[in-house]
Amino acid sequence: MAHGENSSVIGTARVKRGLADMLRGGVIMDVVNPEQAKIAEDSGAVAVMALERVPADIRRDGGVARMSDPQMIREIQATVTIPVMAKARIGHFAEAQILQSLDVDYIDESEVLTPADETNHIDKWAFTVPFVCGATNLGEALRRIGEGACMIRSKGEAGTGNIVEAVRHLRTINQQIRRLQSADAAELFALAKDLQAPLPLVEEVAALGELPVPMFCAGGISTPADASLVMQLGAQSVFVGSGIFKSEDPERMARAIVEATTHYQDAAIVAKVSTGLGAAMKGAETATLEQRLAERGW
Amino acid sequence: MPLVGVLALQGDVREHVRALQRVDAQVATVRTVEQLDEIDALVIPGGESTAISHLLTTSGLRDVLARKLDEHLPVFGTCAGLILLSSHIADGRSDQWSFGALDVSVRRNGYGRQVASFEVPLAVDGVGEVPGVFIRAPRIDAIGEDVEVLASLDHGDGEHPVFVRQGSAWGCSFHPELTSSDAIHDLFVRSIST
Repeated sequence: MAHGENSSVIGTARVKRGLADMLRGGVIMDVVNPEQAKIAEDSGAVAVMALERVPADIRRDGGVARMSDPQMIREIQATVTIPVMAKARIGHFAEAQILQSLDVDYIDESEVLTPADETNHIDKWAFTVPFVCGATNLGEALRRIGEGACMIRSKGEAGTGNIVEAVRHLRTINQQIRRLQSADAAELFALAKDLQAPLPLVEEVAALGELPVPMFCAGGISTPADASLVMQLGAQSVFVGSGIFKSEDPERMARAIVEATTHYQDAAIVAKVSTGLGAAMKGAETATLEQRLAERGW
Repeated sequence: MPLVGVLALQGDVREHVRALQRVDAQVATVRTVEQLDEIDALVIPGGESTAISHLLTTSGLRDVLARKLDEHLPVFGTCAGLILLSSHIADGRSDQWSFGALDVSVRRNGYGRQVASFEVPLAVDGVGEVPGVFIRAPRIDAIGEDVEVLASLDHGDGEHPVFVRQGSAWGCSFHPELTSSDAIHDLFVRSIST
């Protein structure tokens, strides 16, 4: 906790979680260069994720995927006025330190990159910049929040264009939250043990009926209908990785997913923006994948 | 009882809805022109001003809301909402527009990027001390003579306004909706009830 001028304080949990609150109802788009960042901002994105390769290409190329070159992050920061996020490898706190020094607005400690630590995630409380982390279930989400994550996203299965895993993760988290809400105080101890999650966070979720930080959806969103689906399942915003710039007409797809995320409850609007969009990204059946990214992190 | 709308295109809509409910206002979310026609006052939430302005245009709300603001629909904008109500935007996109309901010049991200986001206690006229939560906040660089200043701040860069009012239009750089202090929402709701 650092003190600035007068009695002001930076890096508080409230300003870190607060930026996630500001992104609610919006679309965060993966971009690999300033041109794509401009298209994203023009289309109504609330933030961009700056990375060297979208997940579909990371999957195709193989090898070790790392933090992006600071030069490309700076170029994207210079191009757009919306928040710029960037990814660090799981457990790679030195990459996170570099990203913080670059003034990125959010760090995604991401399973899309190759993990750097098989046991520990980053101690996110040690940073002024806020972190988002992926989760496949409630226990994983609460462990990340316990480490200081200020936003949780479903992992989905990045780079596949297939929404099935993200839906599984959202439904699992929602079911596990409902289970906590129906438990009495004595049962919460055992449930915390089963979830392998900190008891105070388990008690907080039982009382709130939701995560104490915003829950967004990532992994496999490729159409306006996908965005509407996950918003109706309780996601508060969507991350779109390969789904926009791997589609036939990225600008139209970007605008359409933005509209569908805002008006997710209005099927007539989602139908209108889904009309004549051109081909969505080709995608992959998750059963045929050699590498399941969602299994990274724990 | 007047119906207070919260513009629900993007941003921390839910936090405003909850704060307004805590001060016993009747609240509705607004995404369409039909919903905009039913309300007696509007809150424009925090969020990304470029995204909200894009969605105001695509939803057809922009022209209708501009007309209503000309007719003095009571309005309160926080952070991105302040930017949208301002008369001039510095450091925005070259094509960024605003309603001009408040005669103020704002600078987007005027306090810096997210790592510079901060909390500071603020003294607000008619309310007392409230927590000020500034997140990638717009800085008010200049105000017109008809603009009343309800709170100001010296963040090491000279004292400047952070909460202003001009007739029925209110705007602040910070986020009262993210705190448990509902005094500012209460003040706004009482101003439209009388």
